[in-house]
Amino acid sequence: MNAPKKTHPALIIMRRELAAYFASPVAYIVMGLFLIVSGVFFFMTFFLANRAELRDFFSLLPITLSFFIPALTMRMLAEEKRSGSIETLLTLPVTALDVTMGKFLAAFVSGAALLVPSLAYVVTCVIFGAPDAGPIVGGYVGTLFLIAAFSAIGLFATSLTKNQIVAFFIACPICLAFSLLGGFLVFLPAWLVNICSYFSAYSHFVSISRGIIDTRDLLYFVSLTALFLALTVEILKGGSRK
Amino acid sequence: MIEVAHLSKQFGTFRAVDDISFSIPTGQIVGLLGPNGAGKTTTMRMITGFLSPTAGSISVDGTDISENPVEAKRKIGYMPESAPLYSDMIVDDYLRYVARVQGVNADEKVPALCETCGLKEVMHKNIADLSRGYRQRVGLAHALMNDPEILILDEPTSGLDPNQIQDVRDVIKEIGKTRTVIISTHILGEVEMLCARVIIIAKGKIVADSPTDELREKYGHAASVFVQAAGCSYDELAAAVSGAAAVSGAAGVAGCTKEAAEAVEGVQTAALLAHADGDAEIRPAVFKAVAEKGWTLYELSLRRNSLEDVFHALTQSDAAQGEAQ
Repeated sequence: MNAPKKTHPALIIMRRELAAYFASPVAYIVMGLFLIVSGVFFFMTFFLANRAELRDFFSLLPITLSFFIPALTMRMLAEEKRSGSIETLLTLPVTALDVTMGKFLAAFVSGAALLVPSLAYVVTCVIFGAPDAGPIVGGYVGTLFLIAAFSAIGLFATSLTKNQIVAFFIACPICLAFSLLGGFLVFLPAWLVNICSYFSAYSHFVSISRGIIDTRDLLYFVSLTALFLALTVEILKGGSRK
Repeated sequence: MIEVAHLSKQFGTFRAVDDISFSIPTGQIVGLLGPNGAGKTTTMRMITGFLSPTAGSISVDGTDISENPVEAKRKIGYMPESAPLYSDMIVDDYLRYVARVQGVNADEKVPALCETCGLKEVMHKNIADLSRGYRQRVGLAHALMNDPEILILDEPTSGLDPNQIQDVRDVIKEIGKTRTVIISTHILGEVEMLCARVIIIAKGKIVADSPTDELREKYGHAASVFVQAAGCSYDELAAAVSGAAAVSGAAGVAGCTKEAAEAVEGVQTAALLAHADGDAEIRPAVFKAVAEKGWTLYELSLRRNSLEDVFHALTQSDAAQGEAQ
């Protein structure tokens, strides 16, 4: 009984969460669907415009991920609340932060796993053309930050409700709003443009995916992620759990 | 040991738990008893750190649950009502996961618990496919994983068949020899069988807290006599039986409770429970009283009172008081 190897509770929770996810067919259906959706947009320009690059693939990711990441996270806390297992989880010697981080890491890893098949597009591009490495690396880095932020938003949404579908429909619009804010800038009065463009995930994502990694953009995603994780921790701690 | 002081919990305008205090020493099995919605589960959820109290403090073996929740939770094993577990996991995987979170050696502890809780046949089944009884036992294994000083079980036998109930009770009894155990239940027989002490909660307040047998003596009449007779109304019968004490002089009838009277072969009868004053034998006096009136006696039988009556008396009178206010 003495000296069992001590793993951080958040990592144990992440491991359980990932095992449950990858053991179910849902994981592979979601990954397949993501591959089809992103593949359509990639091959559209690849064949039609005859361009061996990933720019269109990346530029659509904020919108596709606004649907896919909430779908991955929606069950994480809502299902625990519905079945009551949240009670067995939170009465183990773990903190609300451990639970949040464990679930967040699991969401992030399963989100990142969505991108793995897309490496085939990179290979395709390299074979048929000579794409610039900067935008591709930048694109992937930017996407990972985007996935982190969206995972945090999704986790926040799933902590609010017992119903997975409700969790999805809370997270999806928030993610879409951050993705699409950039597109509405032209309709806004001048004084609002700067503020809104700062809050737009899309403009920060685009700037990273150009291959320019600017600390301001990273800071934006890190603070967005931290904000929603902190909100989730507060909700998990909240007194009126029922 | 557990110390609970002036604990309250408010949900909106509803006060689920209202200023309760108790202290439980090590090695005692305590039954938390009360009607549905009395605040049993809420109290347990606060002790286990799942809910934060609106007011009051809880200390577990000297560790305050709100100041140092992780340390306090380490000392507690808790099984929530109906044992909610991850249904998509295999029992063995689940218990190993719990062992890792608790920081105990899974290779030693999991097989040992599988033995204690009788899980051998289901170790490689999906939790979703388990019967209610086995789920409950997995929940018990979950609660015992960290060798807790304090075991808290919310309705551990609800929904089980009689054999399973016996199994679970045996496990609890065994554990209760060395540890503090709190179980909540509304099955009174269970409390009489398992618990040395009962805390009865009604409407969020403690209405009784004492050793099980003392409670029975204090609130329940040691014995009652069931009387069923024909040829009189309930009121007449009650008057005669209550007067019986005065006639005989020695044996006292403390009071009567109306019982449902059934017609026996077409004859309308009245029935009541006469409560003896102390251990007095009141049957001869009751018989004489009925015989003198010329009524026909259908039944005259002695009933030993159980906690059931105590519980009924305490929770009902409290409810009545609440309504009067």
